[in-house]
Amino acid sequence: MGQRIDVEHLNIYYGDFLAVQDVSMVIEPNSVTALIGPSGCGKSTFLRTLNRMHEVIPGARVEGLVEMDGVNLYDPDIDPVAVRRNIGMVFQRPNPFPTMSIRDNVLAGVKLNNKRISKGDADALVESSLAGANLWNEVKDRLDKPGSGLSGGQQQRLCIARAIAVRPQILLMDEPCSALDPISTLAIEDLIQELKNDYTIVIVTHNMQQAARVSDKTAFFNIAGTGKPGRLIEMNDTPTIFSTPAVKATEDYVSGRFG
Amino acid sequence: MGSMPSVGSLTWAEPGSVGRLGEGEVVSDRDNIAASETLLPEFSRLEDERAEDAVLTSQVNAGSNLTADALVRPHTIRSDRAESLLRPDADNPKKRRHRQNADRGFSRVFRWIATGSAIFILAVLAAVAIFLIYRALPAFTATDAQMAEVRTHLPRMTSLWGLMGTLVFGTLLAALLALLLATPIAVGIALFISHYAPKRVAGIISYVVDLLAAIPSVVFGLWGALVLAPNIRTFWGWIAGALSRVPGVTVSNSATGRSVATASVVLAVMILPIITAVSREVFRQTPTLHEEAALALGATRWEMVKTAVLPFGRSGVISAAMLGLGRALGETMAVLMILSPGFLVSLQIFDGGQVQTIAAFIASMFPESAGLTINVLIACGLALFIISMAVNMGARWITARRAEFSGAN
Repeated sequence: MGQRIDVEHLNIYYGDFLAVQDVSMVIEPNSVTALIGPSGCGKSTFLRTLNRMHEVIPGARVEGLVEMDGVNLYDPDIDPVAVRRNIGMVFQRPNPFPTMSIRDNVLAGVKLNNKRISKGDADALVESSLAGANLWNEVKDRLDKPGSGLSGGQQQRLCIARAIAVRPQILLMDEPCSALDPISTLAIEDLIQELKNDYTIVIVTHNMQQAARVSDKTAFFNIAGTGKPGRLIEMNDTPTIFSTPAVKATEDYVSGRFG
Repeated sequence: MGSMPSVGSLTWAEPGSVGRLGEGEVVSDRDNIAASETLLPEFSRLEDERAEDAVLTSQVNAGSNLTADALVRPHTIRSDRAESLLRPDADNPKKRRHRQNADRGFSRVFRWIATGSAIFILAVLAAVAIFLIYRALPAFTATDAQMAEVRTHLPRMTSLWGLMGTLVFGTLLAALLALLLATPIAVGIALFISHYAPKRVAGIISYVVDLLAAIPSVVFGLWGALVLAPNIRTFWGWIAGALSRVPGVTVSNSATGRSVATASVVLAVMILPIITAVSREVFRQTPTLHEEAALALGATRWEMVKTAVLPFGRSGVISAAMLGLGRALGETMAVLMILSPGFLVSLQIFDGGQVQTIAAFIASMFPESAGLTINVLIACGLALFIISMAVNMGARWITARRAEFSGAN
């Protein structure tokens, strides 16, 4: 089961630079939320604060509240490593570990948790994760081959399998299809619909048709100008955002007038 | 097409250099044939196929017949502008011939410089190999009587093969010990610089390590012989004593500290910079993508290094270690000044008078050698050459073996 996320008055800084200002939103469990907006508006930055991945960049910090089922992720005694174990992430470009086989890629996260896992359990987990990512039938005969030998779409599904193998509560996707061809994109989009049953999904996308196809709610981010912070302009049910948005800028963006 | 035949006739008219003109003639002739036999039928075929289109297009582009023609018959209508852009030297057959490939002018000169450099390095390698083999041969073919003469200069030599065997053993022992000591430390320093240290500190440490490489080996030798050896001998004695407690094992240690172990410590310090520098560069190139993949799975810093950085840098670290090993094998001065030599096949690394390395042996014997003794020394040099080559080939083999998983694809 997925869990809900509450974000309240979140400011995101890089050093002294305010990158994203005053974002508040509720992400319902087992829903797909799409974050859309022009480049540089802070949607990817915002996404990375949801599992504290933005902290990888020196000087990055936040003010405000991000809660997973009522627990503040930024509480001083919360371990960021534990946050990331429970909130998985899929990146823009497929990034399977090149030195590992397909099987080892799927098991990478589980092995990190220093759990001794029996071969039988590992086999079952590899199969269920790859099946969950709609990849099992394509790779079951070559699990010992390197993951980097797969096609881009297959690699991305391998990354999804790797992310869901650690049984996270929430899955974040940062433009997961932007490096893929239309067929592979379709496969990922179908997969997102299935994953929704088990996870809460937040997806950043530049492709508005994709947002319209896969998401239940859509959040539109915008930026007033270079050097200004990105803001959440509007968030609503996806059909509403794409048909009768409340804000003019949203309408302009979704109708392709800018961005 | 207009300019082509005139080029041909111009070259004919020019007297004096018939051979070259003949070539030019062939080229332009071929062009003419190409024009008449390939382009023209294509022109008519195209015209048949696209007759309807042509009508449509010319209607669309009414008032601009040229554009319509160009659209319908792209291969046959040539604009003067395209002519002059694509055939800048149409009037100059000599230049035109050169224009047939992109490799001309300085491009061609540079090609020869580059090729020459590549051949030069091969030639140097071959020259060294030939010199070694040629000058070593007399040592291998010498009679017993001749070798007895050599033995007066090299009193501790039993036979040529015996000498070379003990020296190869000593060389490998000292170099491998140095590698064993240096590699973990170098990898640690490299990881600290690339993944742990704040930017400022990383810069300073990098600089200091690089500085270490600038210290001449004779200085290392002095330091090793005068400072390190007398101070480290108590430590060696302590280890030797501890090891000797194992039943059946006797570990002796030197009173002066001039042992293989001390020499290896100095060698390790000497090869540290090269291993660190190469490893650091490899670790730095770890794709952020893979580091983030590990972190997003809930990896700690060390787990991230273990899953993303080390596997990515593995072959680079091996190459770095082999570079270091190569340097340790050939290092002469430091070993010569520190090690108390011996001609045994002995693992008593804490004792003096046990082993000697090839390089230090040659350097110590060469000044007072003549005749066949020199050939014997060169034979030892040949052995060192072969070992170094084998080390390099081994490194390449190891790095190539797992190329499939290297991340390069």
